[in-house]
Amino acid sequence: MRGKIVTISSGKGGVGKTTVTANLGLGLALLGQRVICIDADIGLRNLDVMLGLENRIVYDIVNVAEGRCTLPQALVRDKRLRTLRLLPAAQTRDKSAITEADMDRIAHEAAEIADYVIIDSPAGIEHGFRYAIKPADLVIVVTNPEVTAVRDADRVIGLLEANGRAPARLIINRLKPALVRRNEMLDANSIVDLLAIGLIGIVPEDSSILTAGNRGRPVVLDEKSVAGQVFRNVARRLQGEDVPFLPLKSPSFFKRLFGAY
Amino acid sequence: MKQMPIVLKGTPQGLLLKPQAQSWDVILNALEYALQDAAAFFRGGRVILELEDHTFTEANLTALRALLERHEMELWAVLGVDEATQHLVREHGIRTRLPGTATPAAETESPETIFAQRTLRSGQRLNTPGDVTLLGDVNPGAEVLAGGNIVIWGRARGVLHAGAWGDETAVVCALDLNPAQLRIAGIISRAPEQRRRRPQPEVARIEDGVIIARPWTAKG
Repeated sequence: MRGKIVTISSGKGGVGKTTVTANLGLGLALLGQRVICIDADIGLRNLDVMLGLENRIVYDIVNVAEGRCTLPQALVRDKRLRTLRLLPAAQTRDKSAITEADMDRIAHEAAEIADYVIIDSPAGIEHGFRYAIKPADLVIVVTNPEVTAVRDADRVIGLLEANGRAPARLIINRLKPALVRRNEMLDANSIVDLLAIGLIGIVPEDSSILTAGNRGRPVVLDEKSVAGQVFRNVARRLQGEDVPFLPLKSPSFFKRLFGAY
Repeated sequence: MKQMPIVLKGTPQGLLLKPQAQSWDVILNALEYALQDAAAFFRGGRVILELEDHTFTEANLTALRALLERHEMELWAVLGVDEATQHLVREHGIRTRLPGTATPAAETESPETIFAQRTLRSGQRLNTPGDVTLLGDVNPGAEVLAGGNIVIWGRARGVLHAGAWGDETAVVCALDLNPAQLRIAGIISRAPEQRRRRPQPEVARIEDGVIIARPWTAKG
């Protein structure tokens, strides 16, 4: 049976697509799943850095698309979890180097040898976005609790619907419970209300996520980290498990959340 | 209230243009402005010009056609002109009466009514010469443009434009009416800056030249 293709998208840049891709990929690998992460952000290669695999890259996705190497040759195996592999983006090319058909073919070929193929989409709604969502069975839309990010997420969901594309799930990243409590930040309920798609994760603002990414050792690998637990839970929800949402520090926030779900 | 230089109205046969001003400079200016505003919507459409006591020379005809062509529209018919002018117009291959009707297509109550059940998301747009009924929310960044009335059975947050071709009797209703911008005919109002109290169904219409939203009551 072929694996599931999941694209991580957002519209707006900088909301944490690559962080989610890295942590979700490792999270699923921790559960024993065979995972292939594809960095579709050609020209702005990041996912390899966040996974700490930069110095192992030989071939990239454009080499595969152009037939210079096979897909298995280009895959970089994770140094910690052997069931995770990365198909890196090319750094010296741009988005025009691959077509929707290329991405569709490569992702489906990857899905033959993995349980999950996770595609890290480029920001924007242009060509890079379109080829990234082309093969998806599921699209995870990442947003921040900011008006601009939510607006762009809404636009992306609209484009997915208009194209009859895959179902979408939502991850709210960088939520600050203290700000929400003081009514200074959008709360999860209002975001879910507006975007009207299923919520699959709420990631609290946590500087350890950033530092872990900088060190090439994503936070999901840290057993003691709350943020790591959040990503491990998202991975389990993706597997179809019904995992309750974590209480985020503030009790009043917990109550709000529970009131709604 | 100040009269609009032109009235535009969607009909099944095409966009009906009724000049109100006498001066062709004023008319063409107003038309250019209106078409710029909704260029994508009108593109490829045909126009029915309905005149009353206007002089209509060959120069006027040429200027109007050129303007419409720039917006990828076609002058399809000219109504309400005297016989000499009819002759001139027909020489240019433009009809002077609508097929199947002896009178102008003025009574067109609901030309193209849209009913939709979904969330209208940022960047999406609903438009029609007729009325719009939406069962769902209009999210921020979305747009509804109707020649007639707009009814939103949900939360209205984007830009709503009713009576978009000059119908000042058009109304906008929503269960929670809090659009970024609300337009009826040529009148524009912005959302109030302060935060809203409890949402309630409201109806907005033009009263004394400004848009007023009032809580909906069964008596309307």
